[in-house]
Amino acid sequence: MATVDLKDVRKVYPGGVEAVKGVSIAIPDKALCVLVGPSGCGKSTLLRMIAGLETISDGTCAFDGKVVNTIGPTERDIAMVFQNYALYPHMKVYDNMAYGLRNRGTPKDEIDRRVRETAKILELSHLLDRRPRELSGGQRQRVAMGRAIVRQPKVFLFDEPLSNLDAKLRGQMRVEIKNLQRALGVTSVYVTHDQLEAMTLADILVVMNAGKVEQMGNPLDIYEQPASTFVASFIGAPPMNLLPITNGKFTDGSALSITAPAGATILGFRPEDADVTESAPKQGLTLPAKVEGVEPVGAESFLYCAAAGQRIVVRVSGRALHEIGAKLTVSAPLEKLHWFDKDGKRVG
Amino acid sequence: MTPRVVFPNKILPYLLVAPQLAITLVFFYWPASQALYQSMLREDPFGLKSKFVWFDNFKKVLADPNYINSIHVTAIFSIATALLSMVVALILAVMADKVVRSRNLYRTLLIWPYAVAPAIAGMLWLFLFNPSIGSLAYALRWMGIPWDPLLKGDQAMVLVVMAAAWKQISYNFLFFVAGLQAIPKTLIEAAAIDGAREFKRFWTIVFPLLAPTTFFLLVVNTVYAFFDTFGIIHAVTGGGPGKATETLVYKVYNDGFVNLILGDSAAQSVILMVIVIALTAVQFRYVERKVHYG
Ligand SMILES: Nc1ncnc2c1ncn2[C@@H]1O[C@H](COP(=O)(O)OP(=O)(O)OP(=O)(O)O)[C@@H](O)[C@H]1O
Ligand SMILES: [Mg+2]
Repeated sequence: MATVDLKDVRKVYPGGVEAVKGVSIAIPDKALCVLVGPSGCGKSTLLRMIAGLETISDGTCAFDGKVVNTIGPTERDIAMVFQNYALYPHMKVYDNMAYGLRNRGTPKDEIDRRVRETAKILELSHLLDRRPRELSGGQRQRVAMGRAIVRQPKVFLFDEPLSNLDAKLRGQMRVEIKNLQRALGVTSVYVTHDQLEAMTLADILVVMNAGKVEQMGNPLDIYEQPASTFVASFIGAPPMNLLPITNGKFTDGSALSITAPAGATILGFRPEDADVTESAPKQGLTLPAKVEGVEPVGAESFLYCAAAGQRIVVRVSGRALHEIGAKLTVSAPLEKLHWFDKDGKRVG
Repeated sequence: MTPRVVFPNKILPYLLVAPQLAITLVFFYWPASQALYQSMLREDPFGLKSKFVWFDNFKKVLADPNYINSIHVTAIFSIATALLSMVVALILAVMADKVVRSRNLYRTLLIWPYAVAPAIAGMLWLFLFNPSIGSLAYALRWMGIPWDPLLKGDQAMVLVVMAAAWKQISYNFLFFVAGLQAIPKTLIEAAAIDGAREFKRFWTIVFPLLAPTTFFLLVVNTVYAFFDTFGIIHAVTGGGPGKATETLVYKVYNDGFVNLILGDSAAQSVILMVIVIALTAVQFRYVERKVHYG
């Protein structure tokens, strides 16, 4: 139970690489904060600084208002789930989970009670006598979770804990992690580069790019009001269509059907906000388009079209009956359009 | 599984392994069988004729108090050498593992002793600890320790153990460094987060995971101490003073080549062979069980 406050945190690695360039995040008690961003943007580095595994070059990290910069990982009272799980290979599942409690001098019967209780929650009870190498990937993942939970730490840290699982298991574990985190009420920081995981888990979503925070806040707010083209194309799948405009014209010279706000040089709309019609609607954006590809995925289909001099994606529900080469009109309502300036920042 | 290679020719496979077989036969099985045969012969005092005496030589050797002493000496010498060289190597390896960047320099420096011939390594230590001219002997005397390995048996033992261990440290060091680097860094980090301080981490995580390396080195070092230390003992103490540093191998040499009691010497080498086979078997059977591989 703790708040985590990062103030202008920087990390310069000994080689001179500046991996984190001034990040400030305030995580309230019991909240789950998800750090998301492309590979190499400094997510792991930031998490490892919160864990105390990397020194903080500049700025402060505070738990419950107390600066912990100089406190080592051993005393920070955090628990971490690693991407490769980092289970102790020579110890049984039971000992893997008991290790942290033993190191802190917890009485034996209490250790036993807590380990068994945690094992029950995670459905690991029948595996306590096995060694990590005798477990499946999913079971190992649960043990890694168990090892973190059993300690009842101040803060949970997760570094891409689900990326080694198959899609189905990942979906299950995602729900479980969310429920566990809610039930235990432990402040958590979760690193992922999977935007679906980020959207579904986060209380606070932090989108990072090149060592900086691009946008931070409620995940749905970020989805609806991306602050930059980077966020717009990173959050949401498939990503937002971004069309450059100059003087009311697209790159192929065709005119824009509506007027752009002042300073806007990029028009964006999400595939799911667009629609295809035979006749142009009276309001909103309309684009003549030519179908180049159809991707049916069951409940919905993605149409890949050539429009305004580039490739755009439109989501249509159900099965798309469009032929390749068919001409149609793509439309999007005004309130679902996003405008960005020449630096990629949101306009309006 | 890779498909089995089938040779169309029946003789070719045998020809291909023939060189290896020939070497093994000529340099191992033939001398071993010669030793076995010789160990059952007894020569008359003038070396003119020999007679087949079955196991009489073995009875005689095993009843000899000098031989029992030699077993004693060998046990102490081997255990001390293996332990000393492995402990020192491990400490150095742990330190080197931490100093990430100068690691290569460390490695190069610490491999040097291994390139030195045993007899020279022995001489070096002999000089250092020579009662009259050795600088370390001087330091010891200055500290009030009456140092004279040429007269005092236990000091002679300390000297040969140090000389023998010193040579093996660099070898052990390389293996320990490799072993340490094979341990995933995240395990150490996980243990740190789990509240284990450095010393605790070493004993509960690093050392158990290093067990395969340690086990391998234990076998190698024991065999080294048994067989490969002849040069050092010969150079430093010559088995003396008295018979304080006369190990089994050294006694084989002494009895066979110095005193020319060939039958006894052969019997001793057969016993030695049996001991080493037994030792290795025991190590693999019992010690390996406690080792966790991955
Ligand atoms: N120990 C290190 N020494 C020097 N540079 C490092 C070190 N660790 C990471 N970096 C650099 O810091 C930057 C951020 O790395 P980091 O591991 O935090 O990225 P990440 O966002 O976690 O990426 P991924 O999604 O691939 O895990 C990268 O450019 C990386 O090369
Ligand atoms: Mg990472």
